Amino acid sequence: MKKQVTLLKEYTKGLWEINPVFKQVLGMCPTLAVTVSAINGIAMALATTFVLVLSNLIISLIRKLIPPQVRIASYIVIIATFVTIADLVMKAQFPELSKALGPFIPLIVVNCLILGRAEAFASKNTPIRALMDSLGNGTGFLIVLFIIGGIREIIGSGTLLGFQIMPQVFEPWLIMILPAGAFLTLGLLMGLANFYVESKKSKERESIIQKYRSSKQVQLTEPGV
Amino acid sequence: MNNTAKMIITLGFIGIVAGGALSFVNSWATPLIAANQKAETERAIFLVQPDASSYEKMTSVNFEAYKVFDKEKNFIGYSLPYEGNGFQGKIRLMVGLKPDLDSILAMEVLDQIETPGLGTKILEEPFKSQFNKLNTSSPIEWVKGAPPTKDNEIQAITGATISSKAVVAIINNGIEALRKAEAKEGSSL
Repeated sequence: MKKQVTLLKEYTKGLWEINPVFKQVLGMCPTLAVTVSAINGIAMALATTFVLVLSNLIISLIRKLIPPQVRIASYIVIIATFVTIADLVMKAQFPELSKALGPFIPLIVVNCLILGRAEAFASKNTPIRALMDSLGNGTGFLIVLFIIGGIREIIGSGTLLGFQIMPQVFEPWLIMILPAGAFLTLGLLMGLANFYVESKKSKERESIIQKYRSSKQVQLTEPGV
Repeated sequence: MNNTAKMIITLGFIGIVAGGALSFVNSWATPLIAANQKAETERAIFLVQPDASSYEKMTSVNFEAYKVFDKEKNFIGYSLPYEGNGFQGKIRLMVGLKPDLDSILAMEVLDQIETPGLGTKILEEPFKSQFNKLNTSSPIEWVKGAPPTKDNEIQAITGATISSKAVVAIINNGIEALRKAEAKEGSSL
């Protein structure tokens, strides 16, 4: 039996510990393609989270009824249903946004993040845990897409969420809103995230070694005392 | 055998539920989507015909074109959405034309996926306003690196010649198609 963690932990682990973009490296296609502006990133992440939460909840509810041979097919049908609903709702209520995101909304069907969480988590855990897990992963995805979209929008167009924030004399770097800018931003951010994790790990290692050494010294000096 | 039946029943049941949910959402969304598209087309038609107050879809042509009328219901010109190949993909334009098709009122780009910062200059001034009042009795031509000298010439954008040429070609093709269709209709009457 797996060690049970608290429900809160189930949510917060998606924010950083198993962050979909930085740690699991899932859902790269929308991450790179739609993040030309912060609002596009937010819209994409919200649509993905909607699909992720609802499909994982349903999958978790019926996980014991699905024969293992047809589980992937069942997951895909459920995911595709929610993606189509999201696509239709966006077309009906937010036509501008749906135009900007174009074919990437229907492509959520094949976003590995959703099938990945369904297969790795929702199919093995209770609905409430699956809900927290998918909410956490969705939030993690949202944060990263907002950061990447924000950086690209600020440097590439001088605005954030449509508001001018760079001084007028600033000449926008066009490369940042071209595909190359997505790779640059993602690469640098991922490098930064890994650097942070590595330096934290090596600090921990240092402190363990330090503790061990000091305990040794105590032992060594003890007989002499 | 038992397992096969279970598989078919499970998948069939999921399919039925999914289909039902989708048809419900679709019946709600379809009229809204149609209304959005209509509003967008209307906005574009009036964008290139500043004096227009009503319009009518032309049924005599096999492409999309609109006749535009002013407040007194006088026929004041055409709004012609037309598309063609740009640098990376389709460019879709809306051209406002005078009734004799010999002069452009205004031009707007509706859809494009040109290179940001280069090809997208076709959306901006001074390129766009070059088409206002342009003479179209003969096909539009483009010049490079120098200001236009004739009244059917425009200056191509430096660094975005292909996008500029594409806009000119789309307008020329659109006007020619409309002119042919109108001539045919005139002779048959």
